[in-house]
Amino acid sequence: MADPAFTDALRAAASGSVDAEVGPRPSDLTVRLRRADDLPAAAAVLIGPCSMALATIVATDETTTPDRDLKVRYVFEPTAPGAPDQFVTLLIGVDQACPEVPSLTTAVPAANWHEREMQDLFGIVPVGHPDPRPLVIHDGWPQGVFPLRKAFDGSRRVPVEPAGEFPHVVAEGEGVFEIPVGPIHAGIIEPGHFRFTSVGETVLNLDARLFYTHRGLEKRMEGLSPLDAFYVAERICGVCSVAHGLGYCEALERIAGVDAPPRARLIRSIALELERLYNHIGDVGNICAGASFHYGTATGLRLKERLQQMNERLAGNRFLRGLVIPGGVRLDLTDDLLGILAVMLQDILAGLDGLMGRIEANASVVDRLDDTGVLRHRAALDLAVAGVAARSSAVNRDARRDHPHGAFADPGRPDLHVVTASRGDAMARMTVRALEARESIRLVGELARRLEPGPLRVTIAEPLPGGRIGISAIESARGEAVHWLRTDARGRVERYHLRSPSYHNWPAVALAAETAIVPDFPLVNKSFELCYSCTDR
Amino acid sequence: MLRIFIDALRTGVVTTRYPAEPSVPPERFRGAPVLRRGSSLPPPTVCPSGALSEHLDAGCRRVALDLARCVFCGRCAEDPWSGAITMGQEFELAARCRDDLRIEVVADDPTLAAAGPAGDPDAEAARASSEIHRVLGRSLHLRHLDAGSCNACDWELSALLNPVYDVRRLGIDFVASPRHADGVVVTGPVTRNLETAVRRTVEAVPDPRVVIAVGACAASGGIVGAGYASAGGVDRVLPVDVYIPGCPPRPEAIIFGILVALGRLDARRLPCKG
Repeated sequence: MADPAFTDALRAAASGSVDAEVGPRPSDLTVRLRRADDLPAAAAVLIGPCSMALATIVATDETTTPDRDLKVRYVFEPTAPGAPDQFVTLLIGVDQACPEVPSLTTAVPAANWHEREMQDLFGIVPVGHPDPRPLVIHDGWPQGVFPLRKAFDGSRRVPVEPAGEFPHVVAEGEGVFEIPVGPIHAGIIEPGHFRFTSVGETVLNLDARLFYTHRGLEKRMEGLSPLDAFYVAERICGVCSVAHGLGYCEALERIAGVDAPPRARLIRSIALELERLYNHIGDVGNICAGASFHYGTATGLRLKERLQQMNERLAGNRFLRGLVIPGGVRLDLTDDLLGILAVMLQDILAGLDGLMGRIEANASVVDRLDDTGVLRHRAALDLAVAGVAARSSAVNRDARRDHPHGAFADPGRPDLHVVTASRGDAMARMTVRALEARESIRLVGELARRLEPGPLRVTIAEPLPGGRIGISAIESARGEAVHWLRTDARGRVERYHLRSPSYHNWPAVALAAETAIVPDFPLVNKSFELCYSCTDR
Repeated sequence: MLRIFIDALRTGVVTTRYPAEPSVPPERFRGAPVLRRGSSLPPPTVCPSGALSEHLDAGCRRVALDLARCVFCGRCAEDPWSGAITMGQEFELAARCRDDLRIEVVADDPTLAAAGPAGDPDAEAARASSEIHRVLGRSLHLRHLDAGSCNACDWELSALLNPVYDVRRLGIDFVASPRHADGVVVTGPVTRNLETAVRRTVEAVPDPRVVIAVGACAASGGIVGAGYASAGGVDRVLPVDVYIPGCPPRPEAIIFGILVALGRLDARRLPCKG
């Protein structure tokens, strides 16, 4: 799969030597750049002529391996609809005595948070970063202590040192106001701090500070058996439990060299669609809350509740936890349950159609949503925005098609209708959600029809093969999530990294908010509906 | 408008009768694990959140389960231990005292009785509860405080306000300001990045106030545990009045816990006093 023209272009861009090899998967390519300074030119080749986008950046501490260095992997993926399922990794070694890498952020805006995160957690400095403020680690953390370095004991509690006020980005001038909001919000929502700068009602700038829910979960998983660490991955985020559990399992199964049985893959995909469905329908309800349309809110929540009660019936948990496990699925979907599910989904479909009819017929709601919180197509591409937010700005990307997983990895995979819109406003994001919810209902029916009797799981032998990398990408309700897992020499988790869709989408919320007025921010925010917990980890 | 009114009439009342009528969870629901005495109970390493522990007492292996830490994944009830532990249906698990959530059984010898919860009813907790009951009566206004949850517990708290659970019918409501609140419901293990905000929010709630820890992370640190970024449970930072186990607790389990905090229902008292 290592296209010679492709590697030649990378060689031509680099001044040092370039070693290309296949991996981590047979369809992927890993390119090692001997000189870190070649990184911007190599990335420019991938982003420009190859029209790829940044998928994730993974830093690792390999000082205890024979290489004795830190490493950074810049993972790119194609963006053209129907492009092959491929990840291209640019790999550079970083000397721990002088841990510096050239920053990509100016040329690749999507790299912004990734680079700040590795500066906080690994002490790898992105030289030339336009905004090198701390991101993940908040005030009072001591200088020179990097929690994801191997020498740092993850169970250690580090004392909080006195700290000054965080340097928020604000505008100044006559009639300019600063509005601080959060981290504790006036509602049942996750924590984050938003610093608005406004003139009158118009938002000039929004500086969002997140990572309040940073729990150190990636460190928590290190050193565990990959089979035990699954339960942590499944609990990174509540409403992405199936997606993250499945992404972790697929990465793990690649390392183990096993495939989940066909019936399990179908059940996994059904679970993923049911997760998308309760999220999308609940989100339509919540968008109505942002537009003060209470009938819509109550209807959305009522339909979501029915779906979550069904989840509990199918999986024993309202968030479908405990269904997907490494090697397959833990519970079967019996014909009885599938029958009940099919009837309920028809009810949900009728309810959703009714709700959308009421919303579209309500001029005051439509007026709130139209042209509110616009995300331009170019910005969506630059920030590598994922999921509903990307598709509503005419970016035709869906990991179910572009990085097939679950039943979509089967040869006779079901057809998938990828819904897109071009206006990039709150209305587009709500409409895309509603259409995707209908598609999910159709897919559950089609996937259920394909179920044949068969085993539900394969056994994964421990210890797992050492020193291997597993990568997977899952289309969660929020968009594409990229999982990167590596085992150590003893087959335990050496490093796990999740790049959630929300991680790439949060900066887009700040951009879209700048096309809106302050009172519309909750509506803009709800139209993106991002998770804090899977961003912060 | 008329169409909306007709739709609403056609939908009818969807609100649950819980707690006036019991809620029966579906067959596959994973509630409190039931440990069988005298069976070959699994080793503690099987539990991903560290809820199982064991020790030898006079030559007998005693296995204890901490319901506050349990994430109800069901792994300890899978083969080869499926006979020794089964996932029960019990979900009304809220307790005023952390020790009341500890179940301990003797693993190897069926003739020995199980040990009950370690603590006696905590006089201080009972006093606080009666004071809260006296001042606040039968109504409770709560402020939600996300202290680093995975958002599952948060969404279940939101569900309490949906038309199905509608906790306002029970005199319970969620308010925007801690100054308007009688207490806080905390989700998450208290992250380092939120510790200051959590303390300040609780300090802003007038006395007497209740602190309710919702879900495994808040009750004990859960799957997150304690580490560089997590305190490992709300009671490491603040006194907690009621613990609600679950990952996440289902909405009825949270309603039960809030009513326990109000003194309108009795907290969990384990029947297995030895």
